Amino acid sequence: MANSVQTVRLPQTLRRPLRVPRFLVAVLRFCRRKPLGAIGAVLVVGLIVMAVFADRIAPYSYDESVPGSRMKPPSARFWMGTDNIGRDMWSRVVYGARISVTVGFATVALTTVFATIIGVSSAYLGGAYDIVVQRVVDAWMSFPALVIILSMLAALGPGLLNLILALSILGAAGTSRVIRGAALSTMQNPYVEAARALGSGHARIIFCHVLPNVTATIIILATIGLGTVILAESALSFLGFGIPPPYPSWGGMLAGSGRSFMYYAPWMAMFPGAAISLAVFGFNMFGDALRDLLDPRLRSGGGRPIG
Amino acid sequence: MRTYVLRRLLIAVPSLLIASLIVFTLPRLIPGDVVQLMLEEKAYGKDLEDLRAKLGLNRPIPVQYLEWLGRIARGDLGESLWTRQQVLGELARRLPVTLTLGVMAIAVAILIGIPIGILSAVRQDGVLDFFARSAAILGLSIPAFVTAIVVILLPAIWWGWTPQVRFTELSKDPAAHLLQFVLPAMILGIASAAGLMRLTRGMLLEVLRQDYVRTAWAKGLRERVVVLKHSLKNAIIPVVTILGLQVAQIAGGAVIIEQIFGLPGMGQFLVEAIVQRDYPVIQGINLLVVVIIVSTNLLVDLAYAVIDPRIRY
Repeated sequence: MANSVQTVRLPQTLRRPLRVPRFLVAVLRFCRRKPLGAIGAVLVVGLIVMAVFADRIAPYSYDESVPGSRMKPPSARFWMGTDNIGRDMWSRVVYGARISVTVGFATVALTTVFATIIGVSSAYLGGAYDIVVQRVVDAWMSFPALVIILSMLAALGPGLLNLILALSILGAAGTSRVIRGAALSTMQNPYVEAARALGSGHARIIFCHVLPNVTATIIILATIGLGTVILAESALSFLGFGIPPPYPSWGGMLAGSGRSFMYYAPWMAMFPGAAISLAVFGFNMFGDALRDLLDPRLRSGGGRPIG
Repeated sequence: MRTYVLRRLLIAVPSLLIASLIVFTLPRLIPGDVVQLMLEEKAYGKDLEDLRAKLGLNRPIPVQYLEWLGRIARGDLGESLWTRQQVLGELARRLPVTLTLGVMAIAVAILIGIPIGILSAVRQDGVLDFFARSAAILGLSIPAFVTAIVVILLPAIWWGWTPQVRFTELSKDPAAHLLQFVLPAMILGIASAAGLMRLTRGMLLEVLRQDYVRTAWAKGLRERVVVLKHSLKNAIIPVVTILGLQVAQIAGGAVIIEQIFGLPGMGQFLVEAIVQRDYPVIQGINLLVVVIIVSTNLLVDLAYAVIDPRIRY
């Protein structure tokens, strides 16, 4: 229907999609096929930007009391109102994103490292080692997540690093199971046997043949784990076992003064609560969409949710 | 069947032993000394050593562990370091509260999640399906403690109504006792309901496309029979598996919900015990929770045989 003369005459704008870089095409296709995933991705990016540029975005410091403005409702000056000692809630919510993002990414990174070591070694070595390790993982997984993590935090003491450590040890058990499964099925492939026949060492087989083939599983588990970890962090801060008070974390803001003053200043509880929900929603949607696109076999399951 | 149950119980033993070791070791890693804390806050004994000896904390940890195991075998969970009350007695008093909350929450999850999941799958891409899926996504993203606070807060803002925080005992007023669990159980159950709904829908959609379902339709069976009798039975097994896992999740969620609604259950007990470094209490609660979850897993495996006659033990 379109002859060449017409094509030449087409305005510049109509031909532009052809020049769009590949990466953008992929992003556009992702948005069209998974609109909810795209919303999730926007939320995730927004959260990361908020965390990285917190000191630029927030109009006040997180612990700065503005004189004469205690428990002011949301207004043009204080977008989310102020709390019981006159701190700007919007600034505190923005700084709170730092905790969520730091804990989220650090925990998931550490979980992945632990889980990969446990899962791949268990699958590769097999035998007695596998049996013993899997029984320990069984025992570890039969505790409710929150109970185990509370006991661990009690043991380690509060603080950012301990929180990250405890959450990643907790998450590693379930994640290692899935990675072990993926590694086991990879090792069934003839190319692993071929590599062994060619005289490859254990390290070579693990790093060049097994690991690259479980990477997709690992990436998907990590993305889905982020939402769970952020939820867990806020739940722990809510119970008072998270980040110690002067620094704002969403769960902590909701728990302490947020709960005691919520009848007089509902905004003190509402906005941190909304922030947690939006962040978790974003990571869940993005992770789900990514999983559907990357690996349709992993439809159900994944990490253990934390109540 | 009986040999299977026995074998499963035997397999559970090493898991339970490892779990008991974890349960025992964890609270002992707590930095700071409970004895020091007790001496500072309340003068329980003459000095540190005297108090330590009284509490049995001066012996080597492996010895303490073996003694502890021995006492558990005799049904003695020890006594609280602070209140000197029997842990078992206190647990027996608090377990019913958490159990009521948990059972009601699971009932909410099943009663909401599974029927909506079925309807959603049968009328795929319909209006109900759309709303159910959107609600499920929200239910999975909003943490229980945020829902709880919103649920408490909104009536307070709109009508000035606040829920009472005093706990009513079962013996005093059975109706009021059960009524106070309704709201917490709904909040706790909603998140699980969302997960169950999504899973039921997904599994049922797969089954509904199978040949034998088409045959059932072709035979002229009613929709109710095709869906509930032919399809659901084959879709429900993974749902039961996840339901078993939800028990652990609900037990964890109960810790927070009990805190918010002031229910004197095990979760509250645990949080208090951790703050006070009350080893026997922490160990007792954790052990009980592990036993409950291990038995749930056994029940789930047995439920498979009831649902699917092809599974024999």
